[in-house]
Amino acid sequence: MSNNSIGRVETKSFIHKDSFALKSGKTLQGFEMVYQTYGELNDTKDNAILICHALSGNHHVAGLSEDDKKGWWDDMVGPNKAFDTNKYFIVGCNNLGGCHGSTGPNSINPENNMAYGSSFPMVTVGDWVKSQDLLRTHLGLPYWYAVVGGSLGGMQALQWSIDYPNLVKKIVVIAAAAKLSAQNIAFNEIARQAILADPNYKSEDKLPKTGLGLARMLGHITYLSDDAMREKFGRDMKKDEVNFSYDVEFEVESYLRYQGESFSNRFDAHTYLLMTKVLDYFDPAESCKGDLAKTLKSVTAKTLLIAFSSDWRFSPERSRELANAFIEAEKDVSFLEIDSPHGHDAFLMPSETYVSALETFLEKNE
Amino acid sequence: MNKLIGKFIHTNDRVLDLGCGDGSLLAFLKENNRVKGLGLEIDHQKIQKCLQKDVSVIDQDIDSGLSNFQDQSFDAVIMSQSIQALRKPEVALEEIIRIGKEAIISIPNFANWRCRLQLIFGGTMPVSSALPYDWYSTPNIHLCSLKDFEKLCIDHGADIIDRQLLSFDGEEQSFMKVAPNLLTEIALYRVKARN
Repeated sequence: MSNNSIGRVETKSFIHKDSFALKSGKTLQGFEMVYQTYGELNDTKDNAILICHALSGNHHVAGLSEDDKKGWWDDMVGPNKAFDTNKYFIVGCNNLGGCHGSTGPNSINPENNMAYGSSFPMVTVGDWVKSQDLLRTHLGLPYWYAVVGGSLGGMQALQWSIDYPNLVKKIVVIAAAAKLSAQNIAFNEIARQAILADPNYKSEDKLPKTGLGLARMLGHITYLSDDAMREKFGRDMKKDEVNFSYDVEFEVESYLRYQGESFSNRFDAHTYLLMTKVLDYFDPAESCKGDLAKTLKSVTAKTLLIAFSSDWRFSPERSRELANAFIEAEKDVSFLEIDSPHGHDAFLMPSETYVSALETFLEKNE
Repeated sequence: MNKLIGKFIHTNDRVLDLGCGDGSLLAFLKENNRVKGLGLEIDHQKIQKCLQKDVSVIDQDIDSGLSNFQDQSFDAVIMSQSIQALRKPEVALEEIIRIGKEAIISIPNFANWRCRLQLIFGGTMPVSSALPYDWYSTPNIHLCSLKDFEKLCIDHGADIIDRQLLSFDGEEQSFMKVAPNLLTEIALYRVKARN
């Protein structure tokens, strides 16, 4: 696997001045959307790929930020990588409601000059796609050659193919689902309750870090497989013997606490709440009374669906359901279930089959 | 063989190839018959080759069932020399004629004279160009003869519309008509659900 990095990358900002109507019925008086781009747009403007981020991701997909942080998909995006920046012009943006620069709960509400906080309006995958389309226009792109994403990012790719069939040629939907199961929603609800039950949630000057950390600990377990956790931690202890207390004793406890704590220092609780709701509400087939195949009738994009064998958050079965709906709708779809021990997180990691499937699918074969 | 199958496929047909391998047949049919093709395959290296050829492919094991495909949703369902490798060929046949308005199924003929001679005089399980595996490593767990396959069709609601008698390289051989079950190496059938 190549270690080529794009190097230092710059964050740009797109300001939409007009009001922006949301599905919830609320309206944003304009918005700001931060984004990064990698590679060059070609003369025919037909090599642009939008990479959509998942729950905790952002616009910093690849390369090194000003503060030397690697992008969340740096292993996959760069020169000669799965998403080859020598070939493609790649765009990553921070979705509305995010906490990394785009308009979200930390932004100032122009109506009262205070931060939105919990009053930031609910957004949906459809709202995001609509805002990403404004970014597309702003960048002067006639269409996306491809829209790609894993998990919640994959849902955006799917929504793109439904909402703007003429503006996207290919989609790659990775480790995602056409809608959340009761179990998925249940996990999200516990995450939300952890945040909402934190006494600091309602405080004006303190942050509900404990709740957010707890939400992340729970989320993290669902991103790993049983096998991966056994492999990584087993029952390893920090010390040789138990001390009959509630202190950190097992390695897995230490790991989870660290994950929760570091996450709560870099992420916003309101954004987390919002993102879990975006996931729960996602159900593009709703407009066709639950008939997903009918929903997909308008799709023209060539579609690749990828799932990972040990993913139980969005299991291969969920991707198969999606594949079946594409088949029923007589659409051009391919589906690949990749063997991986890494659970849901496998979508972030380059593995041979995964990378070559992406490269091959993105290759132009006109 | 591709050309022969191509003769039975109409322009713009929707074609499902079960066990599509590297996608050669579907790529051929796409180019020559402008079909809308979909392949099923479980070997990831072969799936990769399908993607390279721009052939749509689903990672799915036929033995786990085909219930995800709608009734009569494909103009043609093709199963090329793999029904004998399935755990339940009879279930597969029923599913194939449910999904496809027509099915194209080819089988290696285990009653071919070479096989018979090897078994009678050699006393060993037959190995030939059409059946190139040793008994212990063969994927072919349900080998049959033309007679066997035709009985399967009768017993499981499939009407045979057409039968082609071929050598192992897929060439039509008219002399095989003299004694099809003895001379044929590979038989290609067109079948559909009995009305």
